Amino acid sequence: MHNKLLTGALLGFTLLLGACSEKVAETKSSTASAPAAAVAETPKFKVCWSIYVGWMPWDFGAQQGIVKKWADKYGIEIEVTQINDYIESINQYTAGAYDGCTMTNMDALTIPAAGGVDSTALIVGDFSNGNDGVVLKDKSALADIKGQTVNLVELSVSHYLLARGLESVGLSEQDVKVVNISDADMVAAYSTSDVTSVVTWNPLLSEITAMPSANKVYDSSNIPGEIIDLMVVNTKTLTDNPNFGKALVGAWYEIMDIMGASDEAGLAARTSMGIASGTNLAGFDAQLTSTQMFYQPDHAVAFVNSDKLKTTMQYVAEFSFDHGILGEGATDANYIGVETPSGIYGDAENVKFRFNPNYMQMAAEGSL
Amino acid sequence: MKKLINQYPSKPVRLFLGLLPFVLLLFVYVIASEARLAENPNDKLLPSLSSIADAIDRMALKPSKRSGEYLFWQDTYNSLKRLCIGVGISALLALSVGVLMGAVPYFRAKFSPLVTAISLVPPMAILPILFIIFGLGELSKVVLIVIGITPFITRDVYQRVMEIPNEQIIKAQTLGANTWQIIVRVILPQVMPRLLAAVRLSLGAAWLFLIAAEAIAATDGLGYRIFLVRRYLAMDVILPYVIWITFLAFVIDYLIRQVSHKTYPWFHALENNREGK
Repeated sequence: MHNKLLTGALLGFTLLLGACSEKVAETKSSTASAPAAAVAETPKFKVCWSIYVGWMPWDFGAQQGIVKKWADKYGIEIEVTQINDYIESINQYTAGAYDGCTMTNMDALTIPAAGGVDSTALIVGDFSNGNDGVVLKDKSALADIKGQTVNLVELSVSHYLLARGLESVGLSEQDVKVVNISDADMVAAYSTSDVTSVVTWNPLLSEITAMPSANKVYDSSNIPGEIIDLMVVNTKTLTDNPNFGKALVGAWYEIMDIMGASDEAGLAARTSMGIASGTNLAGFDAQLTSTQMFYQPDHAVAFVNSDKLKTTMQYVAEFSFDHGILGEGATDANYIGVETPSGIYGDAENVKFRFNPNYMQMAAEGSL
Repeated sequence: MKKLINQYPSKPVRLFLGLLPFVLLLFVYVIASEARLAENPNDKLLPSLSSIADAIDRMALKPSKRSGEYLFWQDTYNSLKRLCIGVGISALLALSVGVLMGAVPYFRAKFSPLVTAISLVPPMAILPILFIIFGLGELSKVVLIVIGITPFITRDVYQRVMEIPNEQIIKAQTLGANTWQIIVRVILPQVMPRLLAAVRLSLGAAWLFLIAAEAIAATDGLGYRIFLVRRYLAMDVILPYVIWITFLAFVIDYLIRQVSHKTYPWFHALENNREGK
């Protein structure tokens, strides 16, 4: 038994140690080789993404060499990696394994920012406009949710959506019973008789609403612009290497141009994104209709510059604080500062999450 | 001078040697954690011992802000309940089926291929089916444990029954025992300590299935909590939970071993003979 215990402990600690020594080695080598790198080596950056309608363009851009083209233009290298588990991709980014990662505004606040990793929302790609929804079985009004057991991925944007929905009909989380369920099992769970209510996102949402008894009673189009999908990068990396930001943004809007067009190239792009996300062109286009994509950089810039973004981040921060996910030292919802062009929400001394429209502005001006 | 293989450490030295690796691991952890925290004081991957202590204090000693319950103890209670029910049912089932299979040829013919086949189905692979049949409540979590470990224990019990020397069975018959008496008086007492041993061996798998079931759909439990806080990389909660689970597993294993020693000393005397003690 001692042996078993010891082996287990050893294994765990070795893993942890591996993770941290990697980090230490990384920082050491980067400090040591920084002056040399400027002369000889091309700087390398790593970004990761996971499967979601608004992030599939990264896969397409990497496959088609668009990301490489822009990286070459700025004399850098960018490696784009797909990670199958969304939360794991954010954890990897937070632990320092990646310089950038796709995530929502809420996860960016509660994972890297609350973990002390100063992060910048470089690209605001889209917001969910119906992609996340509350589904009731055999009931058609949101108020009917009172007293039901609600299955969702706890502490995710689904949970946030539920909280906002309950607020809108004068209920609170005390009026329902929340059960945590893995997103992988959401559809199977819905088909069991004791599940009467779920909150989830696409493509699971459309899978569930296609069932005969399912009624979507509330979705993210009721709170437009609050669930935002971003490319988040490490602020320090971005400040030290503006070319990294320029290359990513340049590549993104070139992909957006192709994808947003209704010509043959656009169809081909969306078809390949659809297939890569496990559906087809029709399925992908259906998901796009409930996603407010910012094909034009000036639309994204206007969105980031609007006052509403600050209010949204306040809602998100308050929700996160109420559920205890704003980090160890958080004493109130203002604990972490969120910088937006219309001002800072929260503690200006502890800004860890920034919306920076400058790079998208450059794209809008065509100066990349 | 004595050969190295014949030198035995004294009790305090043995204790020291046993603890040393743990102390070293702790030491390495603290150094690694400090190195990371020096770079980023809010780092979540390797939290400092004090923030782990804070997390334990928050989870175990203070009522939750939202529900007013002591989350840590509630999680422990619910997980242990599921584990004990699951393992208990498995042990009972395995004992009945295993003994019947071993003792009664008609049962053996009927059940042996079935049990072998079931024991080869990976339980995690049929999880979605279990959901649809048993729902998402407590039942499915217990069923997962039962499906996961019963075939293994059954096969072990069956093997042990088959190992009972035929002479004993024949002797009991010449003394006039019927089938029921042979099962209860000859087979059962000899199989019980082996059942306990098999249960001990399958506890690891039982924990695995428990945590997996709680990760998929739950409102409480040790596995639930780990998978929930994993969403925001709260290693300060995860690490104490992992250590606690390991400790609980150790205690349960120890308790079963003690019960076995107290109740079936002859069995352990046999064991010790084999080890030459």
